[in-house]
Amino acid sequence: MVANEINMKGAEVKSTIDPKTVKLVSKRRRVTLPQWGTAWIVLIPALIFICLFMLYPIINTFLYAFIQDFQYAKGAGSFALGQFISTITNGPARNAAFGFNNFVLALENSVFRQSILNTAILTIVEVPLTIIVSLLIATFLNSIKVLKGFYQTIFFLPYVTNTIALGLIFNIAFSKTPGGFVNILLHDVFGVQDPINWLSSAPYKIGGPTATKFTQGVVLVIYSLWNGIAFKILVFMSGLATIDKQYSDAAKIDGASGFTIWRRITLPLLSPQILYITITSFIGSFKMYTGVMSVYQGINADAYYFGGDKGNDWIPVVGWIYKQLDADQLRPGIASAASLILLAIIMVITAAQFAVSKKRVHY
Amino acid sequence: MAEKALYFADDKSRRLYLAKTIIVKVLVYLFLTIFALFLLAPFVLMIVGSFVNAKAFDVFKNTADFSQLGFANWGFSNYAEVFKDTYVNNLGQTVPKSGNNFPVFFLNTFIVAVGSTTVTVVTAVLAAFAFARLEFKGKEALFALLLATMMIPGEMMVITNFTTVSKLGWTNTFSALIFVHGVSVFYVFYLRQTFQQIPNELYLAAKVDGVSDIGYLWKVMIPIAMPTITTIIILSMMGSWNSFVWPNLVANGTWMNKKGGHSMLLVSNGLRLLFSQGSENLEAIKIAGSMVISIPLFIIFICFRKYIMRGVSRSGIKG
Repeated sequence: MVANEINMKGAEVKSTIDPKTVKLVSKRRRVTLPQWGTAWIVLIPALIFICLFMLYPIINTFLYAFIQDFQYAKGAGSFALGQFISTITNGPARNAAFGFNNFVLALENSVFRQSILNTAILTIVEVPLTIIVSLLIATFLNSIKVLKGFYQTIFFLPYVTNTIALGLIFNIAFSKTPGGFVNILLHDVFGVQDPINWLSSAPYKIGGPTATKFTQGVVLVIYSLWNGIAFKILVFMSGLATIDKQYSDAAKIDGASGFTIWRRITLPLLSPQILYITITSFIGSFKMYTGVMSVYQGINADAYYFGGDKGNDWIPVVGWIYKQLDADQLRPGIASAASLILLAIIMVITAAQFAVSKKRVHY
Repeated sequence: MAEKALYFADDKSRRLYLAKTIIVKVLVYLFLTIFALFLLAPFVLMIVGSFVNAKAFDVFKNTADFSQLGFANWGFSNYAEVFKDTYVNNLGQTVPKSGNNFPVFFLNTFIVAVGSTTVTVVTAVLAAFAFARLEFKGKEALFALLLATMMIPGEMMVITNFTTVSKLGWTNTFSALIFVHGVSVFYVFYLRQTFQQIPNELYLAAKVDGVSDIGYLWKVMIPIAMPTITTIIILSMMGSWNSFVWPNLVANGTWMNKKGGHSMLLVSNGLRLLFSQGSENLEAIKIAGSMVISIPLFIIFICFRKYIMRGVSRSGIKG
């Protein structure tokens, strides 16, 4: 009723009186907040979460990393600065120093160095491979008409599968037994006689082969390819859909071959999407953890087992960082230093990609 | 088709051109089919492994004898085994599985998915409204700050959040799983773009009608932006369903409440528990467990394919 009344009044005055008076009419009925007041009120919920669980952690992580001998168990708990102050006032002075101690400890750790190398190897092999394959699939998908939607749905399926569930399936498919699916395929199609031990450090039969770092790496790359192309195909497809047909038609009339059109027209016009995908894949690959862990889980249910006797064969950087947060060895200082090293690596690579792309990307 | 408009010098070159086109088409379909099979293979293994009797699957694994996978050995016994709370160990004894309870994992995941999606959507809608529609001092700076946090790897926040959660006493509670990721900067950004496309005239008209800012958000902006909000809801639900790292760190045990202990595991972590406990040698049962937690996702995907694919192509986030 009341709303109706206001509506009618609003409509009535609109035609005769200028808007300023309308404001007065509504002001008499209820107190209206100024826009900035409403803005800050509706921003409060988001800001609380952002400050508490995003901004504060980022600042705190920097402090963790730079406070020497940071130990979580001592006093002020998670609030790094609080602990720092309490150490100055109570503890021995040597603990109250900023420095690169945690970085040194992290870099001295051979497993951490190993993890950086592992992640770099996987990234260098996997990222170009997935991008090329998904670019080819997207181009081909874009060129067909029959069954396009059907193929598109199949190629998107990996995106909606549970990583943990899929890792197990890969683990079983790459089983060391003669009945492992990949071994059957190799035996029946390619005539490989002995079953290959892909992942396990225990041989299938006495004196049989154990998994090498290479075989484990092959499984990881195939898994990443499987897991990574869905999103990239989708982005490339949406990029291809925006390319104007005029260009390729004109080139066709000039007698250009299909490959030349793809190389000289499609690729340059798709370069913004390629740059976007390259950057996000490099970042994603450097943050790889769940995938590696899930491929090994059928052998060992420890969340920090990454192949080999000691579980460190293919340990990724993020895996190492989380391992430092494990209950037995809570070392947030070193974990923070390691995560800052990771951030630095990611930023350098991203900056390099932007620098290289300046000449090659056409917007 | 463009081919029809092309002219050829003679019949021979025309036939050559047609043959070339057909060969290229065949190769394209061949390539796509091979990769489609590569992508579908794990799903085939998943379906076969989950239905074939666990013992028969084990025999098949060691002998590569395909007759073991025949339909005679198919059934639902693996699924029944997943939901049972006892298992038979290597010595033939029946032992209770400690903490393995799939209905509880489903319930937990459902609570977390609904709770965190609600919180995320409410914060995102309100914040996006402020950034898209309202004018206030420091708006641009605040928005830039938000975008900057998107570049920081999540691992950096996990370290402190992990200790904050234990400080707040939230370890093994729903709060840790729902509130810590209570706001997603990406969704704010995504929704703000949708809101900005709503024409200004609507706002002025509503103002003239005496509708308040909040009333305008509720009655005009949210209905118009409903497709985007639906996409956000689905992606957020899927994210909760697939989340593993954070729950594994903070809610990997039992929540002690008045009624006693309540296992806090979500489906992903619960599945890993299934891997580690009992039926070690019977992989078919583990596959059935994987199938059980994957089916809801596939159903959602089939129903909301359009929303999911549109949202994903814009976002670039997994889950």
